[in-house]
Amino acid sequence: MITKRIIPCLDVRNGRVVKGINFEGVQDVADPVEMARFYNENGADELVFYDITASVEERKLFSNILTDVASQIFIPLTVGGGINTLEDFDRVLKCGADKVSVNSGAIRNPDIIEQGAKKYGDQCVVLSMDIKRVDGAFKLFSKGGRENTGIDALQWAVDGVNRGAGELVVNSIDTDGVKEGFDLEMLDAIAARVSVPIIASGGAGKMEHFSQLFQHPGMDAGLAASIFHFKEINILDLKEYLRKEGVEVRL
Amino acid sequence: MIAVIDYGVGNLFSLTASLKFLGAETIVTNKKEEIQAADRVILPGVGAFEDAIAKLRATGLVDTIVEETGKGKPLLGICLGMQLLFEKSYEYGEHEGLGLIKGEIAPIEEDLPIRADGEKLKVPHIGWNSLKLKSDEPLFKYIKEGDHVYYVHSFYGRNCLENTIASSNYDIEITGAVRSGSVYGTQFHPEKSGSVGLNILKAFIEL
Repeated sequence: MITKRIIPCLDVRNGRVVKGINFEGVQDVADPVEMARFYNENGADELVFYDITASVEERKLFSNILTDVASQIFIPLTVGGGINTLEDFDRVLKCGADKVSVNSGAIRNPDIIEQGAKKYGDQCVVLSMDIKRVDGAFKLFSKGGRENTGIDALQWAVDGVNRGAGELVVNSIDTDGVKEGFDLEMLDAIAARVSVPIIASGGAGKMEHFSQLFQHPGMDAGLAASIFHFKEINILDLKEYLRKEGVEVRL
Repeated sequence: MIAVIDYGVGNLFSLTASLKFLGAETIVTNKKEEIQAADRVILPGVGAFEDAIAKLRATGLVDTIVEETGKGKPLLGICLGMQLLFEKSYEYGEHEGLGLIKGEIAPIEEDLPIRADGEKLKVPHIGWNSLKLKSDEPLFKYIKEGDHVYYVHSFYGRNCLENTIASSNYDIEITGAVRSGSVYGTQFHPEKSGSVGLNILKAFIEL
């Protein structure tokens, strides 16, 4: 059977992997190429790279890192951060990305989802969403979780899939960095409305959180950063644990 | 020398990078002479069947591919490249394929059973799935039963049991790999399947 996927997320700034808590307070962690190699050897099913740089020079550095990773690590690579146009899709795909993740760029211009899906296929377009509860409703946030767009997040997910997004990354701002488990209520609400794979993000602190996640049948993958980067959880150990809990994993 | 056929479909970065990683000399080409001169040929592909077969035919390389494989030259079709080897596809209409593998390409969704919760499994079939292997296939000499490979597809090969050499379960048996003589195809992406995928490519290089 198809396995549940474990995906480490690498935020890259100025050529280094960094990790923030609740989207703020960024800490330097490691060299992205070394880290990607480590994860590949230790059971990661896929890698997500977010380019959180701003300048043109840093973007070139990011492209070089991506090319380096894609030349030696042969598992699926998703790249996000600063994807606003089809040229941005083209730029990262040429450096070896397999999937392109859109977030704020799709909020500014939702047509980018359709254009990307049409040119590169649905499987290539990952819609990443940062969601937070505001007055009891799930609202979509932009700019790395700083700005409330006022958009209903559940509707945004449905629209995104209709436009051609092949997978969704659902990141709960409410649980991000808190380490008390994934936001199952939010995730289930989205899973009930779409039929594409869902990658859950935000809130994993221990192994049990992943087994809880995968007891929800609509969940396909769990994504995390700091707990993997700081070696609080080793992905191979996590997978051994999940297998014992009856979850199908690749070991 | 491995000739990777370039007909304007899909991203060849990972495929060429993985062949290079394995130390294989590779040329990405749409030239008849270079395909004739190569020891083996790879037909990649991502996207829609109708568009891809039209683009492949437009290169004028179909006769060369059929001739070269007829002489026993190993060919590997990957993902949509595998699907093009089949007799026909029912992806949005009915389209004729190369006919090197017996069988047809059909929507996964159409054949999926309804589960106990009233839902079918998701399409596309995306992710890592374990392989059931036909024994003594040279393509699999470095891998074992139950190894995982990476799939991304919404259509699959069926009525092709005679040529099937590997499959994966997704409520239905998904055709994972096919073979007819020296013509091979994988529905999954060996260039994205970690060390298992590299070991399949290594075996292909050594055929």
